[in-house]
Amino acid sequence: MASTDMAGKSVPAFLNQNPKDRILVLGVPLPLLERVCLYVLLAAVVVLPMVYDGYDIYEFGKILMYMLAVLGLNLLTGFNGQFSLGHSAFFAVGAYATAIMMDQLGMPYWATIIPAAAVCFVAGFLFGLPALRLDGLFLALATFALAIATPQLLKYDGIAHLTGGVQGIVLDTPYPPGWVDSIVMSITGEELSLDRWKYMFTAFVAVIMFAGAWNLVHSRTGRALIAIRDNPLSAKTMGINTSMFKSAAFGVSAMYTGVAGSLFAIMDEYLAPESFTFAEAIKFLVGGVIGGIASLFGAIFGGWFVLEIPNIADLAASSLENYINNPQGLTGLIYGLFLIFTVYVMPMGAAGLAQILVHKISTRR
Amino acid sequence: MDLFIEQTVSGLASGAIYACLALAVVMIYQAIDHFNFAQGEMAMFSTYIAWYLMDDAGLGLPFWVAFFVCIIVSFIGGAAIERIVFAPISDAPVLSHIIVFIALFSMFNSLAGFMFDFTPKQFTTPFGHEALIEGVISWHRAGMVGVTLIMLLLIYAFFRYTPIGLAMRAAAAAPESARLVGIRVGFMLALGWGLAAAVGSVAGMLIAPITFLTPDMMLGTLLYGFAGAVVGGLTSPLGAVIGGFMVGILENWMGTFVVGSQLKLTVALVLIIVVLLVKPAGLLGRVVVKRV
Repeated sequence: MASTDMAGKSVPAFLNQNPKDRILVLGVPLPLLERVCLYVLLAAVVVLPMVYDGYDIYEFGKILMYMLAVLGLNLLTGFNGQFSLGHSAFFAVGAYATAIMMDQLGMPYWATIIPAAAVCFVAGFLFGLPALRLDGLFLALATFALAIATPQLLKYDGIAHLTGGVQGIVLDTPYPPGWVDSIVMSITGEELSLDRWKYMFTAFVAVIMFAGAWNLVHSRTGRALIAIRDNPLSAKTMGINTSMFKSAAFGVSAMYTGVAGSLFAIMDEYLAPESFTFAEAIKFLVGGVIGGIASLFGAIFGGWFVLEIPNIADLAASSLENYINNPQGLTGLIYGLFLIFTVYVMPMGAAGLAQILVHKISTRR
Repeated sequence: MDLFIEQTVSGLASGAIYACLALAVVMIYQAIDHFNFAQGEMAMFSTYIAWYLMDDAGLGLPFWVAFFVCIIVSFIGGAAIERIVFAPISDAPVLSHIIVFIALFSMFNSLAGFMFDFTPKQFTTPFGHEALIEGVISWHRAGMVGVTLIMLLLIYAFFRYTPIGLAMRAAAAAPESARLVGIRVGFMLALGWGLAAAVGSVAGMLIAPITFLTPDMMLGTLLYGFAGAVVGGLTSPLGAVIGGFMVGILENWMGTFVVGSQLKLTVALVLIIVVLLVKPAGLLGRVVVKRV
């Protein structure tokens, strides 16, 4: 729907909502620029599997998977102001929900995503209830405890018939459905590789969920979440049911990270308790902070960052082979250095840096 | 009944370690109102330093020399971390602090593996592992309790009877007023960090002979330390020590008689959440009333 601005010019409806619309970057309104960026990214996501195959495309799938996990944390911490050092637990809930549904109930992999999302939402919502009474720092402590207890809990003998205990679960290979195969066959004339299909499936889920997060943040609910973050008391005064929204935010956040966990299980066809340690929660935090914790675009950058850094560290280690014996130690060190660097130099992360740049450009005389 | 006594005594021994960590956590919490999530990793790294000092491949010093050198190094290291890393962001929001703690956690954890490799190492004890009372407690575990109690007495005396201890308490309780009477608050904070790191290093060196020395050895232990601090009250050092011992005993009772050894960490998780919800001030903590 089009409406008119103050000067009487016709503008699209989405440009008419907040003061941000008045910001012009090189003559282009900021929201329009954001949309263009979104579409470019979407196009890139679609084009990637046509260009890449094998391990490369698998890595891109992993980036999208981590993007979702980081997105979950961003929704909670960046937009609602609640801390979590324990998102590896919800990552585990999603992964195990999918694995158990495939392993025990014989469900096909694609059918497990939605039930797994529901399970994670409920898990997050329930954890969010006691979290309501905990202030920032104490919530961080409670979730820290959750993250540390999770691997041990997953190994527990009492549920080992479901979770596979220490051994974990080996899952069926997620083959593409016949109709997708035949469509791809008829267009390109070659068979769809498994890696490409895994990427396409992950990308499909990730794009839908990213769009959902985008709409959520830009909706009435999103504004309520942000109001609670900025000033809980006045949010309450304005009639926002803060307890409800905070628990729901925890649920939604757990759902995003949990679906990432589901995709993780499907892509790797295997999962074990050791994949869900505190180190995983640190990864999500690193991704969120470095991308920009209060930004959706930031989650994409964060997803890329946490996946790429171990590769870069390995590369650096192999080139210094004679001096470095334990390259896996390098990743954590680099994560830590980047975290401190980000806190000192750009507290809003890469997204905040982009915002400053945009501001510089738009106010340039 | 024998089993009960054995588990209680063994709980007291591990409780000594948790008491050390809980005390370190509370010292930093009182000074800057934050949990040091990296406390366990700092202690672990200190223990590696002690190992290096003692090991034949390292400097080959005798245990007690290495013990005290390690404490001094940890003290300086802790104070340096406060001055270099935390002083510049003292006014930053809570999230920034948590992130920096996690960054330190990640860095110490990987630095230890990076420098000393990831294979578990044996850590010697000056007390020996022979039984002190057959079937109940070994010399080493008795030593753990003994060393902890001596250290706690020293710290108590330091805070209670020395001018600098008084100044530190003042700086933690009322930084503004302390500054007005001429106490260098920043310096006191660094001292507090140094002390906490030193206490943590003692905990690490005492528990390493039991758990073996690995980069991840303090992860669970720190959780119990936090549980101890929360149970005892985050504003009370004495409470933290009592809480640490209580958690140690509770852990062993629950592990042996109720949930089995596989859910010991979950016990700590539940304990932390329940205490925070039901009695946030803990046993001996002061109830903080916030003006809205």
